[in-house]
Amino acid sequence: MLELTNIRKTFNANTINEKIALNGVSLHLEDGDFVTMIGGNGAGKSTLLNAIAGVWPIDEGSVVIDGEDVTKLSEHKRANFLGRVFQDPMFGTAATMQIIENLAIAKRRGEFRGLKASVTKAEKEEYRELLATLGLGLENRLTAKVGLLSGGQRQALTLLMATLKKPKLLLLDEHTAALDPRTAHKVLTLSDQIIRENNLMTMMVTHNMKDAIAYGNRLIMMHEGKIILDIKGEEKKNLTVRDLMDQFAKASGDELNSDKILLS
Amino acid sequence: MNIASLISALPGATAQGLIWGIMAIGVYITYKVLDIADLTVDGTMATGGAVCVMMMINGANLWVALICAVIAGAIAGLVTGLFHTAMGIPAILAGILTQLSLYSINLAIMGFKANQGINVTKYHLLVSARNVKHIAANNPIFVMVIVTALLIGFLYWFFGTELGAALRATGSNEKMARAQGINVNVGKIIGLMISNGIVALASALYAQYQGAVDVNMGRGGIVIGLAAVIISAVLFGKIFQNFALQLVGVSLGAVIYYIVIQFVLWLGLNTNLLKLLQALVVAVFLAIPYWKAKMTKGAKHA
Repeated sequence: MLELTNIRKTFNANTINEKIALNGVSLHLEDGDFVTMIGGNGAGKSTLLNAIAGVWPIDEGSVVIDGEDVTKLSEHKRANFLGRVFQDPMFGTAATMQIIENLAIAKRRGEFRGLKASVTKAEKEEYRELLATLGLGLENRLTAKVGLLSGGQRQALTLLMATLKKPKLLLLDEHTAALDPRTAHKVLTLSDQIIRENNLMTMMVTHNMKDAIAYGNRLIMMHEGKIILDIKGEEKKNLTVRDLMDQFAKASGDELNSDKILLS
Repeated sequence: MNIASLISALPGATAQGLIWGIMAIGVYITYKVLDIADLTVDGTMATGGAVCVMMMINGANLWVALICAVIAGAIAGLVTGLFHTAMGIPAILAGILTQLSLYSINLAIMGFKANQGINVTKYHLLVSARNVKHIAANNPIFVMVIVTALLIGFLYWFFGTELGAALRATGSNEKMARAQGINVNVGKIIGLMISNGIVALASALYAQYQGAVDVNMGRGGIVIGLAAVIISAVLFGKIFQNFALQLVGVSLGAVIYYIVIQFVLWLGLNTNLLKLLQALVVAVFLAIPYWKAKMTKGAKHA
């Protein structure tokens, strides 16, 4: 369960560059909810994910994950609850380290890291089988440096790392935006599969309306730091891109800028 | 210029190179593994010797003195780490601040004298320049090869542990490290402590080797350390991929550096100009990867 209450964040407060990024966001998610998030550039989607992840402190409001108030916890402590995949494939993995070393680090998320071996023999087999499920041939390159992988491979690996230790909440921040369409589709399908298999509570930011409609059981649209649309259940299932555009115009009093959101 | 004098200087250059190779391994840990340029080491490179020599003069056992030297270095690393993480000072400046304060601290350790001698005939020392041409177990080249091997073995083990992997991840990608629940500040502090502990060990050995500790002993140390790291990367980068072999390469890099310096001096360079030469050589070697990248980029566009 996730409970966001009245989250506010202003960047560069009291300067000419002042930007109200989150303007009182409240949201309640149940376990197993898979929310897709859309909105124009600067609407506050990624900012909201960063607020949940604790990248910086929020000005007001609270973040409660699974009954625990994490508002004051540092980013690395909140990581115990979260799996995260970023837009930039470079961000989620350590390029100078081996594929299995990256996985082993993710496996120990939230655990004490002591003087035991960083990768055990048993783990090696586990990772080999896990990587085989990706169908990218990575199971034969266990000790290859991650820097040698393509963007799509790195993103798929990051996804495995984010879910290797089942997170309370999975945050996907436009994680397919930097990939070519075919790879993006592959990574998205894989994400959906992992989310369903593990029944993960997930927030996925996307620029693609069709994807936002096709995946998940709930859709949120953000505009100027606020949630302006929240569609769930049956209504979400029957949603079309046209509906979404109309609803956006009604809710925001603004035409949806189609340059900024992909329609197809 | 007589070739015999060059050859007779080689054992000394090799022994010095091996001792500075230990120091360079310390630099490698901050510069390459943690991606921090830590200037604390210029100070720590005198601190270790100061602690070791003063303790031995006052009757301490060789091994106790060495261990205390390492601890003193680790504390210096801790201070730099706290300057950087708890006080938000950029790493390079944090190192400079500690380095500066260490000048006073080192003088204080040495009883406010600029140098303190320790005579190999009166004290039991691990390495001494006096034995550099003896074929015996106390030959400093032989001793330093063993010390280097032990150190590399220890570091290879440590960076293969969960904690060591977390440190490597911190240096490789901080964002990833935080997202995976690693406290990057603690990681940086531990890395700085290990690095400066190793540099202090090199310092203690160097003071024994030359039979004295001098408050200016570490001046420019970071440049020598970087030179060894870079020489290693240029000469052995392609063949030494494994972590332990990379450390071996760094040690060899320091030896090559000292032999080259010995050669340049033999050619007749004024000793006072040595540091200028050192800085220029390191600057050029630091530039080589940058120039290489620029050239290959240009080639792609063409």
